Amino acid sequence: MSRTDVQKDESMILQKNMLTRYFDELAQVKESGKKVVYTFVPGNLSELILSFDMLPVYPEINALQSGMRKRSMQFIHEAEKHGHSEDVCTYVKCDVGMMLTGNIGPTGRPIPPPDLLLLSYTGCFTFMKWFENLESLYGCRTVMLHVPYQAEGKVTGEMVDYVVRQLREKVIPAMEEVSGKPYDPDRIRWMCEESRKAEELFVRCLESAKQVPSPIDAYFGGVYYISPIFTAFRGTEEATAYYHKLWEEIQFRMEQGLGPVTPEGTLGEERYRLVVEGPPNWTHFREFWKMFYSQNAVVVASTYTKVGGIYEDGFRHDPDRPLESFARYCMGCYTNLNLPQRIDLLVRYVREYRADGFLINSIKSCNSFSAGQLLILQEVEKRAGVPVGFIESDLVDPRYFSYAHIKNRLDSYFQMIDEKRKH
Amino acid sequence: MEVFVGIDLGSTTCKAVVLDEEGRILGKGITNTRSNYNMATRIAVHEAMTAARFSLLCDLCGLSPDERQDLELFYYLEDYRHKFALLRDLLLELAAEQSGTWVETVREICDRVSAKLNRETIAEVLLDRAHFFKDLMLAFFFEEAERTLPAGDLPFDPFLGLLDKALVRIENEVFPMEPEEALKGYFSGPREEILATLQSEDLEIRSQVGTGYGRQLLPFPPEQIRSEILCHAKGAYACFPGTRTILDIGGQDTKAIQLDDTGVVRSFFMNDRCAAGCGRYLGYVAEEFSMSVTELGPLACQACRYIPISSTCTVFAGAELRDLLYAGEKKEEILLGLHRAIVLRALSLLARSGGIFNEFTFTGGVARNPAVVRLLRDMVAREYGELTINIHPDSIFMGALGAAMYARENA
Repeated sequence: MSRTDVQKDESMILQKNMLTRYFDELAQVKESGKKVVYTFVPGNLSELILSFDMLPVYPEINALQSGMRKRSMQFIHEAEKHGHSEDVCTYVKCDVGMMLTGNIGPTGRPIPPPDLLLLSYTGCFTFMKWFENLESLYGCRTVMLHVPYQAEGKVTGEMVDYVVRQLREKVIPAMEEVSGKPYDPDRIRWMCEESRKAEELFVRCLESAKQVPSPIDAYFGGVYYISPIFTAFRGTEEATAYYHKLWEEIQFRMEQGLGPVTPEGTLGEERYRLVVEGPPNWTHFREFWKMFYSQNAVVVASTYTKVGGIYEDGFRHDPDRPLESFARYCMGCYTNLNLPQRIDLLVRYVREYRADGFLINSIKSCNSFSAGQLLILQEVEKRAGVPVGFIESDLVDPRYFSYAHIKNRLDSYFQMIDEKRKH
Repeated sequence: MEVFVGIDLGSTTCKAVVLDEEGRILGKGITNTRSNYNMATRIAVHEAMTAARFSLLCDLCGLSPDERQDLELFYYLEDYRHKFALLRDLLLELAAEQSGTWVETVREICDRVSAKLNRETIAEVLLDRAHFFKDLMLAFFFEEAERTLPAGDLPFDPFLGLLDKALVRIENEVFPMEPEEALKGYFSGPREEILATLQSEDLEIRSQVGTGYGRQLLPFPPEQIRSEILCHAKGAYACFPGTRTILDIGGQDTKAIQLDDTGVVRSFFMNDRCAAGCGRYLGYVAEEFSMSVTELGPLACQACRYIPISSTCTVFAGAELRDLLYAGEKKEEILLGLHRAIVLRALSLLARSGGIFNEFTFTGGVARNPAVVRLLRDMVAREYGELTINIHPDSIFMGALGAAMYARENA
């Protein structure tokens, strides 16, 4: 199927336009004078950055977009030429390589250098080394927000106070200094209200997958649904409008009993409902997705769509306590949960979303999150009693994607589910 | 009579199993996969169907197991002689294209090889089915060429080139003989009626299922293609219903499979991308040592100590082995170390799949290797305590058996 044959809903077009405008705005910072903050997706502080009229840049997003556009390999080569080993996270290498070759972004337009690096650590050790590299490459200032890991499986009042104090004493002053603007509590309040509205709608969209058949694919479709809320748009009216539109479309699909949209149209009969852990492979995203939808498999819940934040337990950005809600948001994202919490969440997903199986796509170059996945697999199998599967690929290094191997394992896995049903 | 066929098209060998309506195994067939998967499949199925016909014949005519063995031996020997005659003609033709003086030398080598093709020398090899025509010919021709060529005018390497070219053609173009044709001389005189019974047999394949690495190449509709994980599990569980963990080491993949108490696969793990420590690795090592792959295990078992081998990488195997030999290490001790590395790798995969649960069944071609089996037993006992370890004499056929069982269930 050619690119032009791909079916697009109105929400998809809306999102595409939002992203185009965003990259255009980034390319024009020299003219606009806007400052640029590089930061990470998990537990990001988009509202805060945007409230200072600065533009956030997410290196992981640039890397995955480069991967989807088949440009990541050249960037990875470039980073390896500069001494990054084969085992380094490929998001890092793709980002560093992109920077070393002129920082032309995924849309072909230049990405401006950062005025500030906001290192919000949320469970990934690589983040720190990544920004240490960028700090030295760009020669720019870094402000770190240390987010306590949920080692005990809960967020305490002390932990919230600790993050809020850093926001007040380090992050906000740095942003005021770089942007030249004072912190604006009214604007933040307004933005948190917008975030809350979008989050409300977003939860409804993802939870629609509890319906059988599911109207959405919460992994392959989900990666598009999370884009506005986890990146540069949370806290804006645009994001809220996007989720209104998306929710309308999903409601329509639910009423009609329609399955998810795939690149080849609406999925026919739903045969397998899966819960998936781990990010998708970006370099072969379409081929990877097709391995699922060609077998009429739907991902009804995924942890990847929770790396930017978990909302289904009731968390919302709070206009009345913005800083406290930022702190809770940062600490509550999936990557900041301890292993028992992740397992609990996954077992709950399997039950609540009536899944037939649980699958892990383990990332070769991700040391932070591949560790522990085997334990997760075994525990979920034991507790949820569904067949479990394990495949391996990578984020944006195409050398780690082996079509035949993944297809072989997935085909076996789907047949395993069939066998389980017979008994 | 209707039968059900399972085909396991692996990267090294193709296996087929024929079941009757009651699920009884009537016949098994195996051949090397060669470069032609289609031909390999047809040959394996033909062999399994031939064995099935022999089974039926034994039932109908009341032949004893010894008589059956004798019959099979005659058949395989006739078939190999037939192939050899074609190989000989082709070699002479190729030699004539090179030089007139080569023909006589090739003829002499062929005559010597021909003399070896008799019941006494190859009975065991033929019945074991672990060596195929190509393996046997290579071994015989090597031996005779080394003996003949130094005195002749045909250099060794060009001769091997001719042999390789001829063998590839024979393997990819010559189909096994039909049993009626091969056994004409066997059932003569008063036994002619047995031949008539054989000729009147009517086996019809009602359903077939394909599995294995090359299953997608089989010309079957999707419902007749099954994952090798499920087929190995089904075959192993049928043979050993107590099985909870399966280790299968095949030509280019190793699988760790966990079953529940009803035989349903709970989870599985396979080696990813790299075939280190699989059957192909052993094949490569055998080539490096100029040995047959079946000789590796027994030789390793003779060692009293092992040389630690750091890598089971097939690509680096040659360099590592040559280094060790050059350093004066004994072949059998290197081999024991190498088998140990294979088992350690398999145990790591099993650990990642959740461990080993009682009973533990070992399948795949590598389960025929006595050194791997011995080391695996030792290491499993050390790490997991005393467990029942099942190894079926036909462990290599487990995938094809599972596929045949699916074929029977589907019908």
